[in-house]
Amino acid sequence: MTRPLPWLLGLALVALPFVYTAPYPLHILVVILIWSFAYTSWSVMGRFGLTSFGHGGFMGVGAYVTALMWNKAGVSPWLGIPLAIVASAALALLIAYPCFRFRITGHYFSLVTLALSGIVLQVITATRDHTGGSLGYTPERYQGGSSVWALQFGSKTTWYLIALGVWAVGLWLWYRVDRSMLRYALEAIAEDEDAAAATGVHVTAEKLKITVLSAAMTALAGALYCQYQMFISPDTVSGIAISLQMVFAVVVGGLYVSLGPTVGAVITILLAEILRISFGTRAVGYDNLVYGILLVIFIIFLPRGVLGTALALRRAS
Amino acid sequence: MGFDIYLLEALINGVLLGGVLALLSLGLNLIFGVIDVVWICYAELIMLGMYAMYFLYTVYHAPLLVAAAACIAGVAVLGVLLHLLVIAPLLGAAPINQLLATGGVLFFLQSAATVMFGIEFKNLGLRLPVLKAAGMFISYSRLLAFAVALIGMVLVYLFLSRTYTGAAIRAIAQDRQIMPLMGVDSQRIYVITSALGGGLAGLAACLLVLQYDVHPFVGLTFGPITFLICVLGSLGNFAGGFVAAFVFAEIIALGGLYSDLEWGYVLAFAFFIVMMFVRPQGLMARRS
Repeated sequence: MTRPLPWLLGLALVALPFVYTAPYPLHILVVILIWSFAYTSWSVMGRFGLTSFGHGGFMGVGAYVTALMWNKAGVSPWLGIPLAIVASAALALLIAYPCFRFRITGHYFSLVTLALSGIVLQVITATRDHTGGSLGYTPERYQGGSSVWALQFGSKTTWYLIALGVWAVGLWLWYRVDRSMLRYALEAIAEDEDAAAATGVHVTAEKLKITVLSAAMTALAGALYCQYQMFISPDTVSGIAISLQMVFAVVVGGLYVSLGPTVGAVITILLAEILRISFGTRAVGYDNLVYGILLVIFIIFLPRGVLGTALALRRAS
Repeated sequence: MGFDIYLLEALINGVLLGGVLALLSLGLNLIFGVIDVVWICYAELIMLGMYAMYFLYTVYHAPLLVAAAACIAGVAVLGVLLHLLVIAPLLGAAPINQLLATGGVLFFLQSAATVMFGIEFKNLGLRLPVLKAAGMFISYSRLLAFAVALIGMVLVYLFLSRTYTGAAIRAIAQDRQIMPLMGVDSQRIYVITSALGGGLAGLAACLLVLQYDVHPFVGLTFGPITFLICVLGSLGNFAGGFVAAFVFAEIIALGGLYSDLEWGYVLAFAFFIVMMFVRPQGLMARRS
C-alpha cells in the first residue's frame, strides 16, 4: 500500500482528541464510530443480497449478555464480550443454518430474521425480573469511576480511541471479505444459487460464514454501545426498529462501498442531532419523519447511496 | 390440572383473535399475491385508520357507522397513494428495494403520527358490554370483530370469484407477464388491488379500535405477527393465511393464559421459526 492519503487521514483521526477536547462533539464522534461499526457489520452480509432484519437481535444479545455477566456474575467485559460474541454467533448459526439449508431466500429470509428481532425483543421484555424489561438496564458502575478491568472509562478521549480502533477493525474485515474468494462465491450465489452450486460453490457453508461473521461483529457493536452509554433498553439495542435503522443507514450511505455505512451513520446521526438541537423536545418524531422520506427517495432515485453515487460519478467523469 | 373453564375461555378468545388476524393477513396476502410486493408498513395504515376512527367518532361525534365507512374509504385511498407514489416507480427494481421503500414509509407514518397526534394513548371511550356465559367472560367487541372479519372475508372471496375484475385480479396473480397480452390493464388491476388491500386495513382498523387504545407505535403490535402469518401460510396463499392466523392466535392466547402475554408472542415467533424449517414453503405449499 503506497497510497499515503488513507494513512494520513487515519493519523489525523487518532490525533484529533488530543487537539480538540470539547466533550459534546467528541461524544457525537464516539456514537458515530460505534454505529458506523454496527452498520459496517450489517453491510458485510447485506451487500450480497442477504437482507437481514435480525441484526437488532444480534446487537441486543451482545449488549445484554455483556451487561448481565458483569452485574450477575461479576465477569469482566474482557471475558463477557467474547462470550456475548459467541452467543450471538451461535444464535446466528441456529437460525441461519436451517434457513440456508432449506433455501429460504429473499423475502422469506428477511421475514424469518424479522421474527428473530421480535423474539429477542420480547424475551428481553418478558424476563423483566432479570433484565429490567422495557425500562432498561444499567451495568453497575465500578467504584473508582474508570477501570480497565470493568471496561468503564470516564474520559471521552479513551472511548474515542477504543471506538476508532474497533471501527478500523470493522473496515479491515470488510476489506478482507472484499479481497477473498468468499466474496466471489457469495456474488455468484446472489446471482443464481443453482448455477453457483453447479460450479462447485458450497452455497450453505459460504452463506453461513458471512452470516456468523456479521452477527459476531454486530454483537461486539452492541457490547461496545452498552459499555459506553452505560444504559441499554430493548428499544435502543434490539428489536425491529433497530434492524430497520441499520438497513436504512447503510442504504443511504452506500451498500456496495466500504465507507458507505460510515457515511450513512454520519448523515443519520448528524441529522438527528441537528433536528434535536433546533427543535428541542418538539423534535420527537421529526428525525424519523425525515429518515422515512429520505429512505423512500433514496431507494427510488439513488439506490447506490450517497457515497456509492459520488464514487460512480467521479469514475465516470 | 384437568380441563378448566379458563382454558376454554382462552381457546374461544384465541378463535376470536384469529378472525381479526385472518382479516389482517388477507389484505397483505392480496397485495403480495397480485403485485408481488410486501407492504412492511401495512400495520401503520391500520394505525392511521384507528386514528381516523378516534377523531371522527370521539372528537367530531360522527355516527359510528359513518365514521367506519369514512375510515375504510380513507385507508383505501392511502393504499392507492402508496402504490402510485412508492411502489409503482419500483415495480421493476429488486424485490428487496420495494421492501426497504415500504420500510421507509413505516418510519414516515409512525413519526408523522407522533408529530401530529402525540404519543398519548387514545381510545374511543366506547365500552361494549361483556357476554357472560357458562362462567366465561367474552367481550362483545371481540365477538363483533370476529363476525365482521368473517363477513369481510366472505365478501372479498365473492368479489374475487364472481366478478370480472376479481377474475382479472386472480389471473394477474397467476401470471404477471401473460395477462397484459390478454388485454388486461395491469396498472388498473394494481390500483384496484391496492385500494382493496387498503380498504381491508381500514376495516381491520375499525375492529381493532374497539378493543385496543391507539398510539403511533400500535402498528408494531400487529405488524410483525401479520407478516409471520402470511409467510407461514405461504405468501399470497389466502387459505394458508386463514389457517395460520388461527394457529397463531391460539398460541398467543394459550401462551398468555399460562404465563405473560410476551411469552405468548415469544412462543408464536419460535413456532414460526421451527415451522419454517419443517415446511419452508409454508403450511399450505403444494409438494413439488
